[in-house]
Amino acid sequence: MATIEMRSVSKKYGNVEVLRDIDLNIADGEFIVLVGPSGCGKSTLLRMVAGLEPITGGDFTIGGKLMNDVPPRDRDIAMVFQSYALYPHMTVGRNMGFSMEIRKTPKRERLGPVAGAAATLGLDKLLDRYPKALSGGQRQRVAMGRAIVRDPKAFLFDEPLSNLDAALRVEMRLEIARLHQRLSTTMIYVTHDQVEAMTLADRIVVLDAGRIQQVGTPLDLYERPANRFVATFIGSPNMNILDATAVEGGMQIGKSPVIAAPKGAVQLGIRPEHLGLAHQGAGDIDVTAQLVERLGSDTNIYTESPDLGSILLRVHGNVDVNAGDAIGLTLTRDKLHFFDTAGNSIARQS
Amino acid sequence: MASAFRPSPVMVTLKYAAILGYVAFALFPLYWLVKIALTPDALIFSDGTALWPSALTFDNFRKVIFQSDFMGYFTNSVIVSLSTAAATTLIAAAAGYAFSRFRFRGKGIVIALMLLTQMFPLLMIIAPIYKIVSSLGMLNSLTSLIVVYTAFNIPFATFLMQSFFDGIPKDLEEAAMIDGCTRPQALRLVILPLTLPGLAATLGFVFTAAWSELLFALMLISKNDAMTFPVGLLTFVSKFSVDWGQMMAAGVLALVPSCLFFFFIQRYLVQGLTSGAVKG
Amino acid sequence: MSQPTTIANASGMPRTRFGRAYFRYAVEPWLYLSPAVLLICFVMLIPLFIGVSYSVQSINLLRPFDTGYIGLENFAELGDDKRFWTAMVNTFWWTFGSVTLQFLLGLGLAMLLTRPFHGKRIVQALVFLPWAVPTFLIALTWAWLLNPIIGPLPHWWAAMGILGEPYNILSNPETAMWGPIMANVWYGVPFFAITLLAALQSIPGELYEAAEIDGATPWQCFTKITLPFLGPMIAITVMLRAIWVANFADLIYVMTGGGPANSTQILSTYIFTTAFRKLDFGYASAIAVALLAVLFVYAALLLVIRAKLVKT
Repeated sequence: MATIEMRSVSKKYGNVEVLRDIDLNIADGEFIVLVGPSGCGKSTLLRMVAGLEPITGGDFTIGGKLMNDVPPRDRDIAMVFQSYALYPHMTVGRNMGFSMEIRKTPKRERLGPVAGAAATLGLDKLLDRYPKALSGGQRQRVAMGRAIVRDPKAFLFDEPLSNLDAALRVEMRLEIARLHQRLSTTMIYVTHDQVEAMTLADRIVVLDAGRIQQVGTPLDLYERPANRFVATFIGSPNMNILDATAVEGGMQIGKSPVIAAPKGAVQLGIRPEHLGLAHQGAGDIDVTAQLVERLGSDTNIYTESPDLGSILLRVHGNVDVNAGDAIGLTLTRDKLHFFDTAGNSIARQS
Repeated sequence: MASAFRPSPVMVTLKYAAILGYVAFALFPLYWLVKIALTPDALIFSDGTALWPSALTFDNFRKVIFQSDFMGYFTNSVIVSLSTAAATTLIAAAAGYAFSRFRFRGKGIVIALMLLTQMFPLLMIIAPIYKIVSSLGMLNSLTSLIVVYTAFNIPFATFLMQSFFDGIPKDLEEAAMIDGCTRPQALRLVILPLTLPGLAATLGFVFTAAWSELLFALMLISKNDAMTFPVGLLTFVSKFSVDWGQMMAAGVLALVPSCLFFFFIQRYLVQGLTSGAVKG
Repeated sequence: MSQPTTIANASGMPRTRFGRAYFRYAVEPWLYLSPAVLLICFVMLIPLFIGVSYSVQSINLLRPFDTGYIGLENFAELGDDKRFWTAMVNTFWWTFGSVTLQFLLGLGLAMLLTRPFHGKRIVQALVFLPWAVPTFLIALTWAWLLNPIIGPLPHWWAAMGILGEPYNILSNPETAMWGPIMANVWYGVPFFAITLLAALQSIPGELYEAAEIDGATPWQCFTKITLPFLGPMIAITVMLRAIWVANFADLIYVMTGGGPANSTQILSTYIFTTAFRKLDFGYASAIAVALLAVLFVYAALLLVIRAKLVKT
């Protein structure tokens, strides 16, 4: 079984360092999601795990064995590509059984695993077709089937759902979650979609500018982001970040009452769902509603404050606020996040 | 159609007239070649500029094939062109693969050198090549022609093959390597089957180029039994310049392999000409 | 990977330097490239340097004892050589005439083929066919077409009043150059048509629709959208093609051999006849170096003009 470990792994292209000081321990059977903005290095990191990109520094082990220089074929991993990478000149069945064909497994012994994987994914009737005759969703399933047939130590997914439409994406997300429950094999999954990250992951790794910003369970990241980047990256809609001025006994944002705050905090973060709606003058700060989005279950109110700029508020259900209305906002005190000048989180003093 | 307007009948007529004009311009010289080749010797002058011969004969072809050295020239040309095409395609496929799939130091220089070979007058090296080949004792040998032609065609063929490889997603090879292939295995089982049309097109382009090369063959070959078709035909023309029917019958024979390859590679013309950049 | 190597490898960075990864990313591409590079070096680049060195030597296979370094003597001789200067002027007219006509006719053909019509596939195959005809055969065919004994062209032209009587234009120094140019145009139109067709098809159709909505006439569409879009492509194709045509000797060599009275001699045929007929390799190389210099000047001029155009 496979634990995966990285110790100060780094990656350079010439003199450009795209990844540095990556330390990560992945437990056997864990579902890890790598998220980050495009260009943060998450795909490069996954390709280094696969052996498709050389590792320029640090140690990388699978199941305790050093893997830095081991070619992909000997790493015993399977990968689902964003483009699916199905072999266009092979039938679905041969695509799925290709890894066994390479390992010289006799044809008869190949049939079982292929049929098994096909059955799980509902591909039984498509085994003789060629990839070009399949729909996007079916191709995706074949790509997963090919990985399942491998029975690998770890599954790697490189943004596997980004080429599907919204409905299929939800369906395949559930499929992947079920697959993990059934196989409980280690999985590493790269995405930029934070809904996928939050719903699938045992732990999420947030990457930005080539460094790990935070590793934690989805709720950890949501409730206790390590810094401003993670705070705004995780959660939708984004967290409001408000500049604060330090005053005796805490801090003040705009003309708000004094808020108890840890030392050194210069900014305050609050998620839109943790703001409360109040009458003008009755809340902590006064704002003007600019735009109201009614989603049915929730209402998003984009507001503007003369001192603090734009602030987004999300309330449950439908409320009677219209663009142009002057309203007040209350801050839920135990849901506040504080950041220092470097953008790092400062724990609340209890 | 991009236009919503109904074009006027005059414009439509003009357009089809222009198309017809181009087709006639392209085909007429070849038609004339075939016509004279099929006209009996006695009628060549009396028919004059008549568009249609008053009688047909295959005599000229029979004489060219059975009573002249042309079959020997033809065989030599087939050997040279096929070997050149095969060797060039193999070598260019390897080089094109390297250009398409690797980033490495010195790549820019190699590409620049290859482009340079396409720009300078090839005739500049006709004298040195003659000297080198003769000092190796390889004058009048088809091998020396094959080696020279292969080198001449490699740069263009490499860029052509690169463009075909670029069209195959890198993901496929990577998937194959993760599935357990070594790189050679991935090449053989995944990339090669997908590149077959590209290899065929390159073979066709190089064959056509080698088939029509004249000047280096003139320089390097002087013995009758090693002559390629162009050299043989030219020698024939300068020796028997009144045997019109036979000359043109030989010309038609020279046309056949090129035309076969042309219809075969037609679909890849755009890719071939644009990737070669300067290739005729 | 076996256990002992794993342990041996377990520390530090340098192992990747000469390990498998290093091989894969630095050595492997050269493995694939080496046959191509070696052949090009030995058959093209090294002979190229040898060729340049010949230009300052006396190498004539007919006078084997007269061989040796002679400095710039070949070039001095070039200066006094009337045939050389005639060939220089002829090279210009040959290149200019061929490329201009090839381009204009090729553009026309590409414009015709860019819109669908019945039988387009077969028409396309037929009009591109000349590209595949071996060049020596093109030369012979056109020489025959222009020959009043066997070809119809002189008779037609005489009937139309272009020629006073049906004679062979290749045998008249005044008109001889038109023969090879015609053959070259016949051969080169498909090349321009194909490249321009590819470029035309890369212009998004929405642009024309937008222009039509804005009230543009077809002519305005052509001058305001098509030409600016094709501009850079046209410039580079014409420039490279001109170099190729200037170097292209086969047609003239077969059709006229440079005659009559040198009226069709261009630099590249002059190189070939000097090397092939007179076996004077030193002098042929000097002409070749001169041709190379001309091409360099031409390319440099083009780059300067292009830089100026980009600035304004």
